[in-house]
This record gives sequence, structure tokens and C-alpha cells, in this order.
Amino acid sequence: MFDPKTLRKDFPMYRNSIEMQGKPLVWLDNASTTFKPDCVLKAVESYYTHETSNSHRGDYDLCYNMDMKIQETRETIQKFINAKNSAEIVFTSGTTGSLNLIAYGYAAKYLTKDDEILLTEAEHASNVLPWFKVAETVGCKISYIPLNEDGRLTVDNLKKVISKKTKIVAVAHVTNVLGYIAPIKELAKVAHEYGAIIACDGAQSVPHLPTDVQDLDVDFLAFSGHKLCGPTGIGVLYGKFDLLKLTDPFMTGGGMNSKFDMCGDVGYLNPPLRFEAGTQNIEGILGLKAAIDYISSIGMENINHYEEELKKYAVEQLLKTGNCTIYNPNSEAAIVTFNINDVFAQDAATFLNSKGIACRSGQHCAKILNDYLGVVATVRASFYFYTTKEDVDALVDAVKHGKEFLDAYFI
Amino acid sequence: MPTSFELTPMMMREIIMDHYSNPRHKTVPSGDGYVSIHTDSTNCIDNFDVYIKCENGKVVDALWDGIACTISSASTDILCDRVIGESFDSAVYTIEQYKNMIQLKDYDDSVLDEAIVFINTGKQAARIHCATMGWDAMKELIEKEGK
Repeated sequence: MFDPKTLRKDFPMYRNSIEMQGKPLVWLDNASTTFKPDCVLKAVESYYTHETSNSHRGDYDLCYNMDMKIQETRETIQKFINAKNSAEIVFTSGTTGSLNLIAYGYAAKYLTKDDEILLTEAEHASNVLPWFKVAETVGCKISYIPLNEDGRLTVDNLKKVISKKTKIVAVAHVTNVLGYIAPIKELAKVAHEYGAIIACDGAQSVPHLPTDVQDLDVDFLAFSGHKLCGPTGIGVLYGKFDLLKLTDPFMTGGGMNSKFDMCGDVGYLNPPLRFEAGTQNIEGILGLKAAIDYISSIGMENINHYEEELKKYAVEQLLKTGNCTIYNPNSEAAIVTFNINDVFAQDAATFLNSKGIACRSGQHCAKILNDYLGVVATVRASFYFYTTKEDVDALVDAVKHGKEFLDAYFI
Repeated sequence: MPTSFELTPMMMREIIMDHYSNPRHKTVPSGDGYVSIHTDSTNCIDNFDVYIKCENGKVVDALWDGIACTISSASTDILCDRVIGESFDSAVYTIEQYKNMIQLKDYDDSVLDEAIVFINTGKQAARIHCATMGWDAMKELIEKEGK
């Protein structure tokens, strides 16, 4: 097992002793984004100091080397999620970009007004709004798989609502507010039995759990680089190759066509290049590779195990204060969603800020979930492998004094 | 409440909590003649409407209703106190002085009354919008009525 305190030495955001409100920063917003280790920064910088070149655009060595590096990154990601083929790895701007590509490039092309897309109430806006757009365009129906009483997505509940009309099941592997791990493999099996495809939002799962797309048998998987210690603005769409071949590009331009003429006759390249029009986020791609190498060296099993323990510790300690309500005490992922009793979530988050603690308040981009939870807003603390018990203790201590939240303005 | 004596932080807290827990003007209008404006926020949950009723160039009633944190609730409730009975010009003047205070510019505290309790909002930069969104909405509404 690894030691989070040793790993922190790799992170400038920790080494630089960053403060917030004059207090040492306690970073508990990892579901939003994560810190970057030196190796990622070095990979990004090296692109500009030693390796600058476009990709697949030149006949010289620097360009050739860059093409090789980008291909190496694809292979690194292929192994990381156990895809069959590196051609199944498409670079995007992030999870949002990936999900929109599926929606516009695949769903809007093939779905008709008689079809249905199944979502859940716990989905992030990025896994809801693109599907709303598809429904608006083709006239298909959006339905929701009911969550069970804990807010969990179950196979039985999918079976209750799925039908031959269902063409796409779009669900998060780990939900960003409640942090339950969905039984994706079993859900995929049911979806496939009905002839539907399953598009999986992996934004909160890929950084924290081992991911095996062949074992899960998902048709598409979307995730972001910045949530796994990589740069912002880079992400991945995994798609089964046959499905990617059926998918239209979301953007057209240079680097994705094989030919075009003045009559409008255009030939697109095969996946993945078909989806990568224009100059890519090359620094992001190189940084993403460094990030995946880094977290792989820690071990995804280890990260998952450590976070599970930390989550249990946090729930136990927070409940001991008797001063908060936790909405997901039993979920697996390292996300604790709570409210300090009698304190509005936004006021609680401001109070935490005054203690140097970064937590998110609000609806966490899952605006339909709050109807389910029956609250207007919540506070979310989310951990990563570098989060320590001391970070959790700082949160617990603040929660104990939550009633003094106006101190944020007066002390 | 006179503003000639120094408010202690404890008193300021009590005023904020009092307007948050027992808002005087948090309701949708029951009568006719009100105009309204909606305001919300991308960085927090605040989402509410502000209402005024005007007669002869004066604000005769001011109300608000919706979802709001302590800072936006209390500041908007105090705002209603400050503009009721005021001419359009003097209401806008008060709002401008309040905004100046929040933005750490020179301001005329003689018109602010209880609104002075938000003097420290800048300590929590993310909440400046909460402390001003009701006031900005009110200014827009009054200026529209004044035209």
C-alpha cells in the first residue's frame, strides 16, 4: 500500500503550502478536479521546450516523433481501460465532449421518434442535456430508470423500464453526488438483450477504480483527464470499433478527412482520427499519458481500496459529531454528500472556506437529483489517493462548529 | 435603528440571522399592481424574484421570494426595508451606496441603516454576488419603473 503523505511530495499544490483564508488548504473537491504531479507538468512543459511540433502534418523527425508519442498515449489508455484496440481510443476535450460526440454523432443519426433513451435522476448535466438535445432533434423519448430508496441504480429497476424501444442506456459508472458504483456489467447485459447500447459516464469512476471495458462490455465510455491528475481540456471517448465506424464526426476539418473536392465529395478517415479534426490538444495528450502512468504506478486497486477506507472513516467521524446529515453513508466511492444541520449548504461551504477547506455546495450539476433527495442543496466532500485522515479530521472539526457559520464574515 | 453608534460583530450577526430566520418581506404579493424581476446565480443556488409596487414615483411596497442562502436572504430582506417609502431616486441612491460599500469604495453610510452589516462580505469573495444580487435586481426594476 502507498503512503499518501509521501505521494504529496510529488504535487506542487502541496509542496507550495497553498493557503486559503490564511489557513493551510484542505482540498476536498476532487470530484470536481484534481491536483497535478510533477511528471504531468514536466510532460506538458517538455512539449513546449523540447518537442514542439504539430501531429500528422510534417515530413520531419519532430513531427514523426510526436505522432509516435500520441500513438503511445493511445496504447497507454488502451491498456489502462483494457480496450481491444488502440483505434477505439478517441481524444476529446473531456467527458462532456465525449458524451456530446456520442449524442450528436451516433444517437442523433440513428434514433427516431419511436425510440427511447434511458437515464437516471442521478446523472450529471453532461449525461442529461446532450440526450435532451437528441430528443429535441429526432423526437425520441427520454425516460428514467428509477433509483432504489438509497439512490442506487439496480439491474432489477432497469429491467422494469427497458423495452424494445430503448436504444440507448446512458448512465454513470459512479454518480457524482451519491457515489454509488453502478453494476455496469449486468446493466450492459440487460441493455444488449434488448438490442440497446450502453453509454457509460466514467468521469467519477475511471480515476478511482480499475476499469476493464471488455469485461464491463460497455459500448461507449467517456472520461476526463483532469479528474485523474491530468491536464484540463483533454479527455477520452472509448467506443467499440464497429460503433465508432458508424458514428459521424462532431466536428469536421483538417486531419480527419482522407479526401475532398470542390463538388463536396468528402472521404472521412477511420476512427479514431475521424473524430479528431484540427490540431489536437497535444500538451494535454502528453500530460494525460504522464498522469495515467503515474496513477497506474500507484495501482488502481490500491487507490480504490484506500479511498473506500477513507470514506468509511469520514462517514463514521462526521456522524459522531451529531451535527450533520449524510445522504450517502453507504455508497462505495470517496464522495460524502451532506448538510450541516440547520445550515444552508452554501453557507456551510462558505464557512468551510473560512477554515481553508474546499468543498462544493449546491446541486453538483445533477439538478434533478435534489427532487429525489428532497433537499435544495448539499455540500460535497470528495477524496483522492492523496487525501489524508488529517484532511477528513479538519472537515469533521469544522462541521462540529457549523452553527457558527457566520464567523466566516466576522473572524 | 440608529447607525451613529458602533455595531459589534455579534450584533451584526444577530441582524443577519434575524432577517434570514424571520424575513419580513419574503412572500409573493397577494394584491395587484406589483411588478417583478427574477434573479439567479451560476455559482450558487440562489434563485428568487423581487417584487415592487409603485405609486407616484415612490416604492410603496417591496417583497421577494424564492431560494436563497443566508447572505442573499438577509441582504434582500433588508433591501426591502430600505426602499419601501422611498422615491425612485433615493432608492437608487441607497442601492448605489450599498454597492460602493461592498466594493470597498467610498460610500454614504447615512442611508444604509441595517444594510451596514454586510460590510465584511468581501472576506468571502464567492458570496459577494449573494449579497448584491437582490440589490442589482431591485435597481433594474426601479429604473425600469422610473422610465
